[in-house]
Amino acid sequence: MLKLSKNPAINTATTLVAVAVLMFAFVFVVMVPLYNVLCDALGINGKTDGKAYTSVQAGIDESRLVTVQFVATNNEGMPWEFGPTVTMMKVHPGAVNDTVFFAHNTLGKDMVAQAIPSISPSRAVQYFHKTECFCFNQQPLAAGAATEMPLQYIVDRDLPADIHTITLSYTIFDVTDMAKGAVATR
Amino acid sequence: MGEHHHHGPAKGLTRWLFTTNHKDIGTMYLWFSFAMFILGGSFAMIIRAELFQPGLQLVEPEFFNQMTTLHGLVMVFGAIMPSFVGLANWLIPMMIGAPDMALPRMNNWSFWILPPAFLLLASTLFMEGGAPAAGWTFYAPLSTTYAGPSVTYFIFAIHVLGLSSIMGSINIIATVMNLRAPGMTYMKMPLFVWTWLITAFLLVAVMPVLAGCVTMMLMDVHFGTSFFSAAGGGDPVLFQHIFWFFGHPEVYIIILPAFGVVSQIIPAFSRKPLFGYDSMVYATASIAFLSFIVWAHHMYTVGLPVAGELFFMYATMLIAVPTGVKVFNWVTTMWRGSLSFETPMLFCIGFLILFTIGGFTGLMLAIAPADFQYHDTYFVVAHFHYVMVAGAVFSMSAAIYFWLPKWCGRMYNETMGKTHFWISFVGFNLAFFPQHFVGLAGMPRRIPDYALQFTDFNMMSSVGAFIYGLSQILFLYNVIATIVAGKKVSDPKVWDGAEGLEWTVATPAPYHTFETPPAIK
Repeated sequence: MLKLSKNPAINTATTLVAVAVLMFAFVFVVMVPLYNVLCDALGINGKTDGKAYTSVQAGIDESRLVTVQFVATNNEGMPWEFGPTVTMMKVHPGAVNDTVFFAHNTLGKDMVAQAIPSISPSRAVQYFHKTECFCFNQQPLAAGAATEMPLQYIVDRDLPADIHTITLSYTIFDVTDMAKGAVATR
Repeated sequence: MGEHHHHGPAKGLTRWLFTTNHKDIGTMYLWFSFAMFILGGSFAMIIRAELFQPGLQLVEPEFFNQMTTLHGLVMVFGAIMPSFVGLANWLIPMMIGAPDMALPRMNNWSFWILPPAFLLLASTLFMEGGAPAAGWTFYAPLSTTYAGPSVTYFIFAIHVLGLSSIMGSINIIATVMNLRAPGMTYMKMPLFVWTWLITAFLLVAVMPVLAGCVTMMLMDVHFGTSFFSAAGGGDPVLFQHIFWFFGHPEVYIIILPAFGVVSQIIPAFSRKPLFGYDSMVYATASIAFLSFIVWAHHMYTVGLPVAGELFFMYATMLIAVPTGVKVFNWVTTMWRGSLSFETPMLFCIGFLILFTIGGFTGLMLAIAPADFQYHDTYFVVAHFHYVMVAGAVFSMSAAIYFWLPKWCGRMYNETMGKTHFWISFVGFNLAFFPQHFVGLAGMPRRIPDYALQFTDFNMMSSVGAFIYGLSQILFLYNVIATIVAGKKVSDPKVWDGAEGLEWTVATPAPYHTFETPPAIK
């Protein structure tokens, strides 16, 4: 209990004001970072950590095949043509695999996009390693231009045996305004 | 009132503007909340009129969404919460033998910033793009990316009413902790004071979380941050976690004072002391504690890990234990009591039955695997109206009938009161019981149109809602008639079975009470 005044009621009130201020701060400095840390650590929400994986040579497990499916979605209002060139791959755990996604800016203006990945089932998140991904960076594309964007990944050898299929889904967002550093307009 | 006192209330409008008297402020809170109750109720009437038949008849879908949103916001923040704060202002000082609230000037402030906040919220109805329409839970990105320009006014209104709630709670805690009459130990306090003390702690803990949540929305909307936007690395699910971290304690903020009211009234009309006083206090505290660790049961379908679903399911079910303790204690208080059924008691028994039904449907919703079927259906709507209307609003009606004679020294019309109860009881059940069925059959909430097979139940629901709504006009009439021309009562103990310090002062309660602390036996 804070002791600022001779009036005990004022002291109670000041303490409670401090509690309220702390709770307000708690939302910003604890809840938000904690949520992100937990999601990363536990792979909840299908969130991947957004950083390149440095591969460990552990050999390829030729005894099993895992199906990797690719899904692409345009966020509302995003006019690009965007999708995987191959929608499904059968891969051995431990092997390094490459694929490409295509993107085409259909508008007559330069734009910047950001792809946000999500993996399903979420238990597979920690066993799906991306060594190279277009989602690590924002993707600028000039008016009317098209491009192919690389993705390189390894399915971990320790992937639980009951998981036969992993779905990697990308949603592409228009972040042109954010990239400009301008105030986002709605 | 109070001619023999050397200073009574000031005259004219400034009496209300500048007052620091807990009774004046309590009265203003109660009238304000009733006005909001009528406003929120008229939004509900628009909703029920549209849903009387399938198809779109009366309003545009966009306007319908604004109605569901404003109905929820106005009822939760404008009607129920301020009504209990008003009750706390009137009763807590009188119940603990204090002359007034601990911080009377702040008390004036916490009331007077409330009407502007709701004026701001209601004004959004007339703005371009209309009022907020994302539901009272205003999930991002509906309330950020897809919201109209009025969302900024909504955010500011939430900030202001949050501030009002926090100041009100600080005042209540400071009063209870410092101004109890000598001998009024914590475990001698009336249960209404206990439940409010615990509620006030909940408010101080979670209203800042709501403020943080809307501040993040403000920053996302205007300052280019991405707390809730996946494109910039944020997450819309985070919004739901923060909102319900506030939102679940919030539902107990609404119901705990109602528990307190019922715990005062049932003993009075059973002519027996409350059964299990200590266990009531501990049960209230346990409910408050548990309310912080169950928030994700509102979001089973967002894709929580199985371990999370199980944890929140079991934690939620655990709340049934202290709640059950309370219900059994009330029933046991009535057991072999010398019961009489005046209007306040009728409302309390109505509360007991209907709240228990709402509690059971809450348990059904707590079961994670089953919730996937019930989620966002009318079953949820039925559930929370059983606990909020039959819980909070019924107990509030009981409280007004119970203490109004004490406050104004006049008795209400008992026949009219009982009529009000029975019309409310029938109207309420007709309105909300069928919603369980349409919900289980798959009718989603917050929609202006529905499949044909739901028509009959929706018609019943609408008729019931109108009956319930109209019964409140009778209530208003009864209250005004009592204040203006009710039969005079002067016995300090208006009810023969009522116990507590508030029944030891004169009737009507003088402007100033307990200027010297009473002796507690």
